[in-house]
Amino acid sequence: MPTKIHPALIGFTALVFIFLVGPLIIVLGAALSDTTYLTFPPQGLSLRWFQNIFEIDAFRRTILTSLQVAVISTFVALLIGIPASYAMSRYRIQLPGWLSTLFVLPVLVPELVLGFSLLKNLAFQFNAPIFLSLIIGHTILILPYVIRVISASLASFDFSIEEAAISLGSPPLKTFFTVLLPNVRSGVIAAFILAFITSVNDVSISIFLTGPGISTLPIQLLAHMEQFFDPTVASVSVLLMVLTVAVMAIVERTLGLTFLAK
Amino acid sequence: MTKPLSIRNITAHYGQTKVLEDLSLDIAGGELVSLLGASGCGKTTTLRLVAGFLQPTSGSITLGGKDLTKLPAHQRDIGLVFQNYALFPHLSVAENVGFGLKQRGISGEAKTKRVGAMLERVGLAHLAERLPGALSGGQKQRVALARALVIEPPLLMFDEPLSNLDAKLRVDMRVEIRQLQRANGTTSVYVTHDQEEAFSISDRVAIMHAGKIMQLDTPENLYQRPANAFVARFVGFENLVPMKVVARDGAKITAEAAGGVKLTLSLEHFGAIPDNFVLACRADGLAVTDNPGAEGIPATLGLRTYLGRAYQYQSETAAGTLVANGPLSKPLEPGSSAKLVPVPDQCTILAVE
Repeated sequence: MPTKIHPALIGFTALVFIFLVGPLIIVLGAALSDTTYLTFPPQGLSLRWFQNIFEIDAFRRTILTSLQVAVISTFVALLIGIPASYAMSRYRIQLPGWLSTLFVLPVLVPELVLGFSLLKNLAFQFNAPIFLSLIIGHTILILPYVIRVISASLASFDFSIEEAAISLGSPPLKTFFTVLLPNVRSGVIAAFILAFITSVNDVSISIFLTGPGISTLPIQLLAHMEQFFDPTVASVSVLLMVLTVAVMAIVERTLGLTFLAK
Repeated sequence: MTKPLSIRNITAHYGQTKVLEDLSLDIAGGELVSLLGASGCGKTTTLRLVAGFLQPTSGSITLGGKDLTKLPAHQRDIGLVFQNYALFPHLSVAENVGFGLKQRGISGEAKTKRVGAMLERVGLAHLAERLPGALSGGQKQRVALARALVIEPPLLMFDEPLSNLDAKLRVDMRVEIRQLQRANGTTSVYVTHDQEEAFSISDRVAIMHAGKIMQLDTPENLYQRPANAFVARFVGFENLVPMKVVARDGAKITAEAAGGVKLTLSLEHFGAIPDNFVLACRADGLAVTDNPGAEGIPATLGLRTYLGRAYQYQSETAAGTLVANGPLSKPLEPGSSAKLVPVPDQCTILAVE
């Protein structure tokens, strides 16, 4: 028997949906507009503002930088995050309870504060190169996400499986790679994707750390907006959205989105 | 090539908490010894120390004369069977069983043959390509058993292997485990909290409490002649009555309990009886009778429960509340007076602690 849904509930749901998706549709419309200024609804249809992204040298370079920073810092974060999550899950009883809180602290601290602190310390104190600062900053930014996701998938891992392997003659380190990792593989993939998206979309940390010659896509977008108010802004936004949605679609296809919610 | 296991003066701590105290245990080659006790008694700790997952604070562990104490876990060559099976979820049944062989550099034809033969023995040859997720509990535990046996370890250890299975399967599996263990003559340590399981499967049982072995003996001896009050209670002696010998007369003694209750006991049955002792009886060991002339402990009967083979009475006596059984043929009413007559076969004498 089909349940009868109150019309008001349907209306409310529709409103929420419009509220969430509306702005995205406006941006998409604006990006497709054939005008030289941002407008909605689009007047005439054109893809020239998408083409424009790749014609502007700064955008080409920052897209590349953003991808490089995202890939490298995600990789570094996994390299730190996997063993850290492992240790915290494996020795949960022996370790103090506040330790896992400590590892997610960077999420709780306003990112601007983190960015400023990094600027002061990395850039001013140690004179670190911009690219390196970005890698370090983004690694700190995404590490908590990596640890959260991998810890979640380790929470359902039965560590007696690891002991079984050891008792059968497999040394501990080998066991980590041949038994533990294959069983948290989906968690590692999810962490990778979440970290990657977070890094590519980051503004608040990058804005402190980018500098002459090296910038990331979202920062370049802000800089561009200050000078020009043309639909390029919208088309870059759409590009970032498409990238995010594409990555999410891959997760959804391979693992299911419920996975990230775990 | 059966190897004896020797645990000597092991003390172990979890952080500051002492969990085992000066524990020694010798298991002969080919023998199956159970560690039996409530949770927290130290039985699993003992197993994990032997497996090498924990380090003792002091003491030593040797297997067939080889010192294991400092050896890393993966070099100890011990077959382990876990409570929750601990199968590798990403490997097939055959790969699970072959895992230990692979670590020993056995591969190809030789490995396939041994895995095949082992799966045949546990009756799972037809499931070789399945993943563990697609198996029932009993099948999983058979795979775990095969995985531990196939490496032909000199020592097998079981950590509550049957507690996740249902009652019927549990009985079948323990027979199967015992048969495989006998056939291979593998020295074995079996950890369980289930008394029936421990008694039915073991050559000897160590009853543990608070990090110590209270008694290590054959199931028969433990059941009939517990060495102390703890073990007596553990194996079901409900009634522990402290008594004092007041008269000795050849083969008989007369002893008195609190409240002036007097009993005559035969030395023939109990052997030597010290001046102060504890008479330990199961409910079956105190026969309820309404014959006022019987020689027994005078009691006022309380709650009566039906056991199927007898009626059980909570009985108030001058020596305290005792639990005693009476015949089905003659149910007695609560509140009536009766005598509780000790049945020597179901009673034993304990030293005062």
